[in-house]
Amino acid sequence: MSVAVREPGAVIESEPIRSRRGIVWETIRRRPSAAIGSAILLVIVLGALLAPWLAPYDLHKQVGPVFGHPSWSHPLGLDDGGIDMVTLLMWGARVSLVVGFAATFVSMVIGGTIGVAAGYFGGKTDTTLMRITDYFLVIPDVPLMIVVAAIWGPSLFHIIIVIGILLWTSTARVIRAQVKSVRERVYVKRARSLGASHTRIVFRHVLPQVAPLLIANTVLTIAVAIFDETALAFLGLGDPSRISLGKMIENAFQRAAISTGAWYAIVPPGLLVAVIILSCSLVGGALEDALNPRLRVAHLSARSFRLRPLVGRGGEAV
Amino acid sequence: MRGADYVIKRIAFALLTVFIAVTINFALFRLAPGTAVTNLARVPHATPETRLALKREFGLDKSKLDQYFIYLKQLSRGNLGISFENSQPVRDNLKTALINTIPMVLLGTLFAIVIGTITGVLAAWRRGTAAEGASVTTALAFYSMPTHWLGLMLVILFAGTLPTGGMTNDFLINPSFWQHFKDLVAHITLPALTLGLVLFGEYTLIVRSAMLETLSEDYILTARAKGLRPAAILRMHALRNAMLPIATLIALSLGYIVAGAILVETVFSWPGIGRAVYDAVLARDYPMLQGAFLVLTVSVVFFNLVADLLYFKLDPRITE
Repeated sequence: MSVAVREPGAVIESEPIRSRRGIVWETIRRRPSAAIGSAILLVIVLGALLAPWLAPYDLHKQVGPVFGHPSWSHPLGLDDGGIDMVTLLMWGARVSLVVGFAATFVSMVIGGTIGVAAGYFGGKTDTTLMRITDYFLVIPDVPLMIVVAAIWGPSLFHIIIVIGILLWTSTARVIRAQVKSVRERVYVKRARSLGASHTRIVFRHVLPQVAPLLIANTVLTIAVAIFDETALAFLGLGDPSRISLGKMIENAFQRAAISTGAWYAIVPPGLLVAVIILSCSLVGGALEDALNPRLRVAHLSARSFRLRPLVGRGGEAV
Repeated sequence: MRGADYVIKRIAFALLTVFIAVTINFALFRLAPGTAVTNLARVPHATPETRLALKREFGLDKSKLDQYFIYLKQLSRGNLGISFENSQPVRDNLKTALINTIPMVLLGTLFAIVIGTITGVLAAWRRGTAAEGASVTTALAFYSMPTHWLGLMLVILFAGTLPTGGMTNDFLINPSFWQHFKDLVAHITLPALTLGLVLFGEYTLIVRSAMLETLSEDYILTARAKGLRPAAILRMHALRNAMLPIATLIALSLGYIVAGAILVETVFSWPGIGRAVYDAVLARDYPMLQGAFLVLTVSVVFFNLVADLLYFKLDPRITE
């Protein structure tokens, strides 16, 4: 899965100039880790989408004893309410993915807007917006999420908003850096001198250039959002009326699945969350690595290290 | 003089961040309509007179701005309010909790840093080998696991061999110092291990990419050309320079450590600040929640500042 790093002094071929269009797809196709990650994600998303048709049992119907053992008819056993685990996993993944995607969408809109505005307008706007981002970057987000969720009360909508409004900082930074470089390109300057409005330049010329990186960042943010949902649910802040993967772990923990020996009620949901996060990290990391050479070194960093152009391909950012 | 400038700037930034956190803290609990303090009475069918009396008692009849100034004034004196749950000053509750949390978090983080650095360096140094594949895959796997779930997995694995809840064995009567210490070590093992395991993956990946970057520098090539032993190159040339980004990135993962501590302490009933957050959420004990949030934020900001200054010490070129 590792990308070979050139020996120092090896001949460096310049990468062929490709159009940005289709670069996302191409990266996924060419890197095995990204291909595996997206295949797994596709299967999970399909399973979750098709839960109403594929799920073997009714989500709200007790079909056997509480914490019933795995059997042929229930391969993963039953949960604390005697509901089939496979059915629960499919529906739970559905809710977790909805939270992941929706919260990420919120954070992309906020982070994307702030990043584009800061990078495109520069100057005072940039300084102010990045200052704000810096402060938000330092304040630990999970405790803040807990506080806000506790005050607002548990509901799916609140969870989505809470996660979304606190995850945008890294997006804003990554997008700003990219927009700053795009802004200086000749065709953008040309468009401006031809009298194009800011809106037109941003939507026609800047955004399409930033889009692939935004996609990479989206995939990585989905992983964080799903993790946060699991954490909030575990702390009793999940929507009580909807079963998510996080809620399943919480239920099993609260109703003593461990001391009853019902490991099958607690292992699969966490494992599924881990697999989703892992796949997102693989895909997002590979994309980010392919798209943003600067990130190869400082990929997790909020600070810009003084960098000189990299030799060959660095390690893949994860 | 630019150095002193940098230090002052970082300290000012830290102080401002704390101030913003304090303001957010106030705003969240007081400005949200119809929540928290408005329902503070916790008496659902109180008469209007009772409500008014309670409002006056808690200073809620004053304007929001006055309330804010009162809050700041009390805070500057170290008054964090009274817990709804046990009617003790929040400050005292949090002090005990913080003292319990620190050793656990420290042990877990230390474990993560040591294992993360070793595996990360190994992965970069032996790149392209099975050793790299194994350490990166393991790191990614642990990085992806939900913290509390990993804790529960350890509970399943070690139930019976190691204590899985609390900080001390209540049935030890008049233990000697040695017995007490052994008991504490047994209790701290699983929570600290969980925290260490969820953190180390991130560190491995960070250390690996920092090392890979350093190893591609020209001075490493020079060192090789000089015929230095590989161990010397690794220790004197590569690792020292790779420490810079590693130090910063570990500081940046502080927020993650805090989140991890909350989840780990909940799983293992560790009576620390994370557990205090969980209990406060369950009991809707807002003064405790508010105080705990403040303590967590201030400590993250503080350690960030420490990291900034450390970074400056490690690399004096940085002046921003």
